[in-house]
Amino acid sequence: MSFEEKNTWIYGLTAVLGAAAYAVIVGSQIPTTPVTEIDYVVPMIAVIVGAIVLSILAIIVVSIASPSEADKRDERDRQVNTRGDQVGFYVMSVLALVPLGLAFAEAEHFWIANSLYLAFVVTAVVSSVVKITAYRRGL
Amino acid sequence: MVRPTRVTNDIRRLRFEHAEMTQAELADKVGVTRQTIIAVEQGRYSPTLEMAFQIAGAFGVPLEQVFQYPDKE
Repeated sequence: MSFEEKNTWIYGLTAVLGAAAYAVIVGSQIPTTPVTEIDYVVPMIAVIVGAIVLSILAIIVVSIASPSEADKRDERDRQVNTRGDQVGFYVMSVLALVPLGLAFAEAEHFWIANSLYLAFVVTAVVSSVVKITAYRRGL
Repeated sequence: MVRPTRVTNDIRRLRFEHAEMTQAELADKVGVTRQTIIAVEQGRYSPTLEMAFQIAGAFGVPLEQVFQYPDKE
């Protein structure tokens, strides 16, 4: 597995881990607490920052484990990245309509912020899956 | 598995004819990752024209001795 493919796995997995942690912390409160009383801002910032820090640490570990491959990137990596990012752009463009619609409908900030976060997570996962599929099955 | 490209190649044969050159050695000569050479060799990635010329150059042969494309459907 190339360094860039490992990075793709790390990016996708940390996004999922962050979302899972957020779902446990915040999502579990939804059935019992009114959304206006749920403190979602600090947990959301914490999981976003946490996912970024975790992915940086994981990349450092991967780089130390195989230093000769670290930071090696070629034309195939660039093409795979472009394809994944293109698909991610379309997914994000469509999913961004949800928070936009919620804002138009004057929904609670909770739902607007969370639908936007979900859009980011889904985009990260879809883009990672597209890239990994391209690495495994070919471009 | 469906091959994403109709381009075929003789890289594997050429490697063995050139002192059993490893995929890593060829990758170093061409300046790409070993995984990219594996993908090209297995037909999972169709290289750019520039990289194709670099691979042919690494073996010291013309492009058509490395890569082939079927004439008919």
